[in-house]
Amino acid sequence: MEKATLTFTDVSITVNVPPGTRIIEMSEKVGSGITYGCREGECGTCLTHVVEGAENLSEPSALEMRVLSENLAGSDDRLACQCRVLGGNVKVRPG
Amino acid sequence: MSVPPFALRPPAPRTTGPEGPVTVAPGVTWIGALDPGLRSFDVILKTSNGTTYNSYLVRGSEGVAVIDTVKAEFTGAFFKRFEESASYDEIRYIVLNHLEPDHTGAVPELVRRAPQAEILLSPRGLPMLRALLGAEFDNAKVRPVTTGHSADLGDRKLDFINTPYVHWPDTQCTWLADARVLFTCDLFGSHFCDGRLFEDQVDDFRLAFDNYFDRIMRPFRSFVTSALDKIEPLDFAVLAPAHGPILRSAPRDWLARTRLLATPRRKADSAEKVLLIFYVSAYGSTAQLAQAIHDGAEEEPGVRVSLFDLEGSDISPFLDLIEEADGIALGTPTINGDAVRTVWDMLARLVDIETKGKLGAAFGSYGWSGEAVRLVEARLQGLKMRLPEPGLRVKLHPSPEELEEGRAFGRRLAQQLTGTAAPREIDFAELAAR
Ligand SMILES: Cc1cc2nc3c(=O)[nH]c(=O)nc-3n(C[C@H](O)[C@H](O)[C@H](O)COP(=O)(O)O)c2cc1C
Ligand code: FES
Ligand SMILES: [Fe+2]
Ligand SMILES: [Fe+2]
Repeated sequence: MEKATLTFTDVSITVNVPPGTRIIEMSEKVGSGITYGCREGECGTCLTHVVEGAENLSEPSALEMRVLSENLAGSDDRLACQCRVLGGNVKVRPG
Repeated sequence: MSVPPFALRPPAPRTTGPEGPVTVAPGVTWIGALDPGLRSFDVILKTSNGTTYNSYLVRGSEGVAVIDTVKAEFTGAFFKRFEESASYDEIRYIVLNHLEPDHTGAVPELVRRAPQAEILLSPRGLPMLRALLGAEFDNAKVRPVTTGHSADLGDRKLDFINTPYVHWPDTQCTWLADARVLFTCDLFGSHFCDGRLFEDQVDDFRLAFDNYFDRIMRPFRSFVTSALDKIEPLDFAVLAPAHGPILRSAPRDWLARTRLLATPRRKADSAEKVLLIFYVSAYGSTAQLAQAIHDGAEEEPGVRVSLFDLEGSDISPFLDLIEEADGIALGTPTINGDAVRTVWDMLARLVDIETKGKLGAAFGSYGWSGEAVRLVEARLQGLKMRLPEPGLRVKLHPSPEELEEGRAFGRRLAQQLTGTAAPREIDFAELAAR
């Protein structure tokens, strides 16, 4: 199986993950400060800044795009409840 | 003939207020409403002087703009003042600086009466406007605006300044450059009803101004500071908030006051990182653990550690300390399957200050099930804190080895603060088991 890693810089923890894992599946367990409201891509609470490896995340859906733009998100910001790590190394911190 | 034991006095001008619209600046009119009887606002704030909902009308050579409205019960007063100032077909813009119901009560009806009007609001307000207008949203003319955008009224224009989280995601300010009026909605507001409306004419509202900040804005103090940074360069003559007096004789003083209120109450007295350890202990076990964590953390240079028995003080002074601290660790025994009441009281009060991004940790002694630590951790995460160290639990009285674990836990917390903690790697399966 291909390997992927996701690093939460605010708690200095790297998780080895199966490709396809969503950030939301890990961030609370490692104690990262990323927080969630709706958990389904609507509220923008889980806005997360991608420090490295943005290209290794799944493409944003139309809903995620809308919520990101309504939240005036930067080009390296994503919704942690939506995006998946597809492979390689990704580093994130709370938005 | 009997004489009443007290003389009947006419109602004070501060509760009756102006009959019609009031001129604020050339072509700018107050068309809001007074709510002198209000005694509690948003459930979270007492209002001994009632409040006002300030709505404004700006007239240009090519139409008028309505800036914010009022709470639903006051729609009648709002429309009456509006109709004395303009007609519905003149409305070119409805500016919504904030979508909370105390300012949008008249919006659905206003949109029905002025379907041609373009609704201008920050992008973060869109989901709330959809909820407010329901099925009518799709027919309304809506334009999201942010800093750099403006709206043309012919001989004058409105500029928008995006100032999020003062105190909702959607909040913005609107700037009328030619009249030097800044419409700030809740920012610079106070719950203080005085129908004379202007800062230089009303009763003393300083307490209401500070209280409004403390209850509504303090949890967002760094957002307030960034909003002030954006506003300060403007050459404003009038700050026109949506609650309480209009600030026109010393508007810069109110801005300075707000800056002071947005500064942590207790400034750190050194460059060291600050770690605060709070605990409650029935038989001394959690207290011993707290002391061990303190001693361990203290070994780390660059960290100032302090220990407090939560039962020894009111909570408010602790909040002032936590506001400026870099991290907190909370200790509680498990009693009846829960953290103790004093700890929950403290956790409940933490919403009054900004906790986002601070380091949090929980620890405690337990007898057989030990739920408390996990419950506190979940709450700290809910407060947007980061919890790099899983909580430390000890069964009953800590052994010497467990006290050593406590010291190591303290050292690791301190290292997280100084940025010297070693990076860790963990496997997904191990994590999933947590
Ligand atoms: C001071 C204040 C803060 C609020 N904060 C939040 C929030 O953080 N998240 C949220 O989803 N809604 C928040 N709201 C919105 C309320 O949940 C919303 O207005 C709700 O409809 C109020 O319900 P009620 O009519 O039962 O009081 C806040 C409202 C107020 C007044
Ligand atoms: S939690 Fe609401 S968008 Fe992710
Ligand atoms: Fe508000
Ligand atoms: Fe308000």
